[in-house]
Amino acid sequence: MARTEPGPSEDDQAADDQAADDQAVSRASRWNTDDLATARKGVAVGLAAAAYGISYGALAVAAGLDVWQTCVMSLLMFTGGSQFALVGVIATGGVAAGPAAIASAAILGIRNGIYGIRVAPIIGAGRWRRFAAAWVTIDESSAVATSQPTLRSQRLGFWVTALSVFIGWNLTSLLGALIGNALGDVRVYGLDAAAAAAFLGLLWPRLRQLQTIAVAAAAAVIAAATTPVLIPGLPVLVAGIVAVIVGGFNWFGSPSPQLDPPGIPT
Amino acid sequence: MTLWLIVIIASLACLSLKIAGYLVPASLLEKPAPARIANLLTVALLAALIAVQTLGSGNRIVIDARLPALAVAAVLLALRVPFIVVVIAAAAVAALIRAVF
Repeated sequence: MARTEPGPSEDDQAADDQAADDQAVSRASRWNTDDLATARKGVAVGLAAAAYGISYGALAVAAGLDVWQTCVMSLLMFTGGSQFALVGVIATGGVAAGPAAIASAAILGIRNGIYGIRVAPIIGAGRWRRFAAAWVTIDESSAVATSQPTLRSQRLGFWVTALSVFIGWNLTSLLGALIGNALGDVRVYGLDAAAAAAFLGLLWPRLRQLQTIAVAAAAAVIAAATTPVLIPGLPVLVAGIVAVIVGGFNWFGSPSPQLDPPGIPT
Repeated sequence: MTLWLIVIIASLACLSLKIAGYLVPASLLEKPAPARIANLLTVALLAALIAVQTLGSGNRIVIDARLPALAVAAVLLALRVPFIVVVIAAAAVAALIRAVF
């Protein structure tokens, strides 16, 4: 298996050099129209994610994080749902809600592990390549990769999407944090509502089956109902119990669970 | 617990979960219950976060500009409007309501 990464930079010069190796040639030959369509899709998804990185950055500094903390999260955690969750819990509960904030972020991060199981065969061998791939295994890269027809386009879709989301998300997180610092009260600009809308955008494509709709409705009601009696951050975790119960007994369920990442709204 | 510690622990936890996906055998996904629960956990947490972000204010439940903003977002999502437009529209609705009232 060729070890070269699929990427636009190496294709032209590499095509002639590696003629002796059949696999390398098939990997490094010029991009065909399918490749371009896949790459275009990946970049479009990256741009969409980048745009809402601004609202993450602004909300993070509004919650009390500094610009460095905001950027370290985007670099190291690099999974939007968990980042918004941590920021949301800190915004309502402060540093005292730290354990709940960490737990919320981690529980939302479990799905990336599930994506990793699905995407690992697409990535291929090589410890460092797999480590890099794991780092950027998120909704967007997994969704684009698993929706492509061939192994070649799956790989290309994964890396192009991952790279464009990684670059875009980190740049706009920084930009959002700087803007947030300059804005002052982000509520005046409706950024708190933007966070809720962003969560709704992530949830929307998952609401296709009765089971997920039932769990979503019950979780929202439980979280709202327990907000006055529990310390901030805990209501979200308590609502997660609904998923364990309904999923464990498979209430309202269909025989085949939805394992693939849902379509990404762009 | 300082804010830095929270940021670092949560980040490493999320990164570790991603790496774990590449280390566990694919046969884990053949058992329906763990995969189903993991999928539903995402749904439950997102829905709970929406409820808290829309209605919560510390320990209180308040109805304010965020609720109509979320309703507009839901309508736009149902109409398959692009994601970023939905987010901007929700912010604009909330900002407008707060500016007027």
